[in-house]
Amino acid sequence: MTTSRRKFIKISALGLGGVAASTSALNMFGANTYLDKLVKQNVAGEFNKTATYCEVCFWKCAAWAYTNDEGEIIKIKGNETDPHCYGRLCPRGTGGVGMYNDEDRLKTPLIRTTVDGKQTFRKASWKEALDLIASKMTAIKSKYGAESFALLKHGSPGSHLEHLFKAYGSDTIAEPAYAQCRGPRETGFELTLGSWIGSPEPTDIRDTKCLVLIGSHIGENMHNSQVQEMSDAIDNNATIITVDPRLSTAASKSQHWLAIKPATDIALLLAWMHVIIEEKLYDKAYIEKYGYGFKELKEHVKDLTPEWAYGITTIKPEKIRETARLMAAAAPSVIVHPGRHVVWYGDDSQRERAIAMLNGLLGSWGKRGGFYFKEKVDLPKFPHPAYPKPKWGWEEIGAKYPYAEMGITSELIKSSIPGEDDEHPIKAWIIAGTNLINTVPKREMILKAMDAVEFIAVVDTMPMEITGYADVVLPECTYLERYDGIRNAAKRTPSLALRQPVAKPKYDSKPAWWMCKQLGERLGLHDYFQYDDFEDIIKWQLEQVGSSLEEMKRLGVKKFERKTPLYMEDGEDFEFGTNSGKIEFYSDDLASNGFDPIPVYTAHPEPPQGFYRLNYGRAPMHTFSRTTNNPNLFALKSENKLWVNPKIARIIGLKNDQLVWLQNQDGIDSTFSIKVRVTERIRYDSVYMYHGFGHTNKKLSRAFGKGESDTLMMSKIPVDPLMGGTALRGNFVKILTEDPHKNSKV
Amino acid sequence: MRYAMVIDTLKCVGCSDCVVACQTENNVPMGYCRDWVTETVDGTYPNVELELKSERCNHCDNAPCVRCCPTGASHIVEGGVVLVTHDECIGCGACIEACPYDARYQHPEGGYVDKCTFCHHRLEKGQNPACVEVCPTKCMYFGDLDDPTSEVSSLLQTRKHKVLAPEAGTSPNVYYLIK
Repeated sequence: MTTSRRKFIKISALGLGGVAASTSALNMFGANTYLDKLVKQNVAGEFNKTATYCEVCFWKCAAWAYTNDEGEIIKIKGNETDPHCYGRLCPRGTGGVGMYNDEDRLKTPLIRTTVDGKQTFRKASWKEALDLIASKMTAIKSKYGAESFALLKHGSPGSHLEHLFKAYGSDTIAEPAYAQCRGPRETGFELTLGSWIGSPEPTDIRDTKCLVLIGSHIGENMHNSQVQEMSDAIDNNATIITVDPRLSTAASKSQHWLAIKPATDIALLLAWMHVIIEEKLYDKAYIEKYGYGFKELKEHVKDLTPEWAYGITTIKPEKIRETARLMAAAAPSVIVHPGRHVVWYGDDSQRERAIAMLNGLLGSWGKRGGFYFKEKVDLPKFPHPAYPKPKWGWEEIGAKYPYAEMGITSELIKSSIPGEDDEHPIKAWIIAGTNLINTVPKREMILKAMDAVEFIAVVDTMPMEITGYADVVLPECTYLERYDGIRNAAKRTPSLALRQPVAKPKYDSKPAWWMCKQLGERLGLHDYFQYDDFEDIIKWQLEQVGSSLEEMKRLGVKKFERKTPLYMEDGEDFEFGTNSGKIEFYSDDLASNGFDPIPVYTAHPEPPQGFYRLNYGRAPMHTFSRTTNNPNLFALKSENKLWVNPKIARIIGLKNDQLVWLQNQDGIDSTFSIKVRVTERIRYDSVYMYHGFGHTNKKLSRAFGKGESDTLMMSKIPVDPLMGGTALRGNFVKILTEDPHKNSKV
Repeated sequence: MRYAMVIDTLKCVGCSDCVVACQTENNVPMGYCRDWVTETVDGTYPNVELELKSERCNHCDNAPCVRCCPTGASHIVEGGVVLVTHDECIGCGACIEACPYDARYQHPEGGYVDKCTFCHHRLEKGQNPACVEVCPTKCMYFGDLDDPTSEVSSLLQTRKHKVLAPEAGTSPNVYYLIK
């Protein structure tokens, strides 16, 4: 994005000798034969185009993949009828072809072996690799119980493996997308408004009059329809208010950028509620009908004035009042956005609850321009016998976090370390579609756990860092080469989307569903895998909803009629999904569990002298560490930089593109150097970098050693006591101008 | 017919989708590009303005690249689109130096000079350039400035706008909508 033209183009030193001198015969563009070729390739006649949905990120946009006569994929475009992308993919979706073409992909199954005392991988046949995994699954089950085999997963391969694990008898399953990402908002909204947010978010941005973003980077996180709708909101002159210590892209599009001091958001939220209540800007009838504990909230925020918040947040009182009034004026067409990656300081569920309460006061839940009610297609599951009931699983492992509703990856990792959790000993892992090393903080803990477990298998398309720790590596083919489950995502309009093979799998890679069936058959679980091809499942499911594979191949996306209303009627008898059936401004449930029934502002540690808070976020053309080696996307952004405020740069003596190293508060040094980017877009008490860079696996020929990993610098991790979320924004780094490893290098 | 592109900087998020879409549409070699994104930051924290925008060949009415081309490979066609005839280009690089927008590069294999064509092959079929079609913020508009009722004409009539390097006197046909 900051690509300068001069740098991007590497002018070649090619001489003139090779230039073709002949002029072609007359054609459509005179002598421009290359334009004729493009007409043939892209615009004239019929193309081979195949319907799919994207998996470069997890927004799952439906797309058409174009193939040439040789069957190679040449480009991917959005499906015009798809409510996830409206015919326009994001850079990652457009660049998905690079995922297919990446020559660094995992090519064959690999098995760890020892040669001359040195550990290495050897190529293996599928039969050998699958036999080995099945034998380990059998051995672990008879020795410890199936519960001791854990699945750590993300995305489509994860859902196939989840079925295998549940059939095998293990519910010891977790994904970093919960406790390392979205979990707190689901807890906060569930406790307050009685509903998860889920993905895609049911934010009615298209029709909103006021969008409030709190540390949410729409436009840098390219969740497609949401980005498109924010653009519509700009066209509609909606008010955008962004709270962020960094001038994010979204902040730059906002009429009001509140450059908040990091870690003080709850104080701002409480002060906003104070203004709305004290100035009686809330909808009285609405609160009377749907609210629970409003009186307690009023009492709670009575003294939490904008003046009080000013001292904490550094946001001027008049600005707090002005923005609160703007929200109220727009109500109920106002969205205080829950955000997506929300594990920040350890009180994140409470911050999310404050956000949900503010939406409650503004009456935006179930309202046009606020939050709509999403609906999905009632799509039956392919029948299989009931899963056996495990003795314990993710729920028992995370029991000390009463509001956890999914497995907590970091707790599963901890239970894998002997002595940490003897009641739930984990002895083996399968990791699918998540580069654990770069998604979960506390690297030391992960390494310790991996050292302790008896067996690790990894399913991935790329040689990520995590594959280096595996005993067996299974190369998965990309989303462009396989069937996966039908996309049935809840949105304004229920719709189904098809993913099918666009091209044959490259190398000796295979789809995850196939691996799972193979393992299932070996484990005597045939009854759970009663199909030859995943296509059989898709066909059966589509028949149940009056469609067919043929129809879906033709359409790509099929829309269905809604069965429930999109919005709430004014004054409707509506029951919220909370204990009281109302919007809970006060939570008896939290109080009974010993937690704050109404969110409270707590001061968090601040960087000591010479240290800066490490903030991180997304580059719009990348999805974490999974895309940094993608040739098309690498060409757009090949490394991350350390954003430093000019004042700090002056004090330390830093210049643009100077190489620096980082050291965190616990003495952890960065592996690689990172270039400095001096910019006024960042506060003087923080530094910022894109997440997903600093790959240490040399098999990633492009991305290896480019930039640095923010996750590596995260070792001090407060945990959300409600749901176990691991807070990632409380680490502080020192900027080193000399290589801390120089004395250890030979 | 006078083709023009209008880009709304208030909506562009700088995601570079236009760059990838161009690469796959026009077979642009890896590591090169016909369009690119720039970022301009003004002010002092916390009073900072950020402008993101997608840039490319400006298809100038008064195009220095066409004037300086020794073989006539760089030329202007119907609608004001500046094209390079690859077969006539000797790769001398004069146009690369002459272009105030740095919009041209030498093809690493062919040796000829290449750049944005406004997706001329698509215009012929009534389609918009690939970058305009893909943009997830819908910040890019394309059309005919000779038609006063076109979207591009009405945007330029109603919105504040600028062109790049006006001092170069090139009469560019890519416009940027600004605050």
